[in-house]
Amino acid sequence: MAVKMEIPTALRQFAGKQASVEFNAGTVGDALKQLTGAYADLRKHLYTEDGRIRSFVNIYLNDEDIRYLQKENTPTKDGDTISIVPSIAGGCPSYK
Amino acid sequence: MPVITGTPAVPDTGRTLSKQEIQRYSRHLIMPEVGMEGQLKLAKAKVLMIGAGGLGAPLGLYLAAAGVGRLGVVDFDVVDFTNLQRQITFSTSDVGRPKIQATKERLAGVNPQIRIETYETRLTSSNALDLFREYDIIVDGTDNFPTRYLVNDACVLLNKPNVYGSIFRFEGQTTVFHYPGGPCYRCLYPEPPPPGLVPSCAEGGVLGVLPGIVGALQAMETIKLIIGIGEPLAGRLLLFDALGMRFRELRLRRNPSCPVCGDNPTIRELIDYEEFCGIRGEEFVPVTTGIPEITPRELKARLDRGDDLFILDVREPHEYQICNLQGHLIPLGELPKRASELDSSREIVAHCRSGKRSADAVQFLQQAGFRKIWNLKGGILAWSDEVDPSVPKY
Repeated sequence: MAVKMEIPTALRQFAGKQASVEFNAGTVGDALKQLTGAYADLRKHLYTEDGRIRSFVNIYLNDEDIRYLQKENTPTKDGDTISIVPSIAGGCPSYK
Repeated sequence: MPVITGTPAVPDTGRTLSKQEIQRYSRHLIMPEVGMEGQLKLAKAKVLMIGAGGLGAPLGLYLAAAGVGRLGVVDFDVVDFTNLQRQITFSTSDVGRPKIQATKERLAGVNPQIRIETYETRLTSSNALDLFREYDIIVDGTDNFPTRYLVNDACVLLNKPNVYGSIFRFEGQTTVFHYPGGPCYRCLYPEPPPPGLVPSCAEGGVLGVLPGIVGALQAMETIKLIIGIGEPLAGRLLLFDALGMRFRELRLRRNPSCPVCGDNPTIRELIDYEEFCGIRGEEFVPVTTGIPEITPRELKARLDRGDDLFILDVREPHEYQICNLQGHLIPLGELPKRASELDSSREIVAHCRSGKRSADAVQFLQQAGFRKIWNLKGGILAWSDEVDPSVPKY
């Protein structure tokens, strides 16, 4: 299943500066695994050390939060979009 | 006074619009969706804005212009030059003044017929509830996680809607939290990112128009809530991507096990939000502990003596273009791959903008076996302060 993954601005620097990437994946978890396989630096931003998705990062399949679907086991179909939506605090914090 | 219109009677609250106000709000009044009833609701509304910065600027201007009767503004900051690129309430002559003062003058200039209350204070767990109690709607335009969670929890505890907006570089998020029955910020994000994962200088910045757009969206939602028209942006997270010029909408759900707005809440009073966000005391701990340092003056003296020092600049190429010390540029993120460009037999001084990224670089290179390496204390900012004021600060 060809699915598109939307990478948020804050994480693009860890994903070859790309705004979106496409994978063939049967589930959301499968797509995420391929993404972090292709871009290893993304891993620590998306997952905790024990392998759970971080609580300030939400994963959406189309417009629905996967926490309310079957989480990472949520099946995908052709043309689906997976969005990674991290929390952002700005405003625009001044440089430290 | 005889009723001369056929419209439904306006609730009798004693408040009417003066002739001058009718002229001022004429473009509202001639729309049936607002009309006299809507304008009087605006006149009686009490809105508290948290933050008078990039989001607060358009927000304050539009809410004042729209005739929100009582507008509160909380901020403790002072206007500086870097604000002027996006905080359009401020003039160049406001630099150095408290934001609250400049904002009040500007908004009063836009609309002298409304009441503007200013609170020059940091919003804290001890003052938030008292401040919020006086208002109907809270609009969150802050710039940090502790305040985001504080605003959220106070809104839930007092049962007030929270019109939320946040921005990063070219991207914005906005929604209305804790609209009756709807989700709150903690339903969306139960926890903040740990401080180490928050973007640093290298990834900061924002295009000036972006807070203008997101703040204007917040103003629109606030006005809709007051008047009670349309479909509020509750239960929906609006994502705005300025580069792609696209709006997308994601569904938000109230989490029944949310610790603050869930069915069995465990948070029943405000907590210590700095501790919750893991940043208690962080600003007092030098990040460069244990890293060998050289001060700008020492570096200058050694360069003047003709010592053979290799200057390593670990900032990004676009920062190098702003100003540089003619160092060899290897952005911190590329250092692991490009360390072979460096000669470990030479003395190396690493620098960045403020000294934080270069401390990481020194630590990395030490682990890679480099022994003669120093971090320029305070970075190029300190160099500008202590050695060469012609180097611009950014």
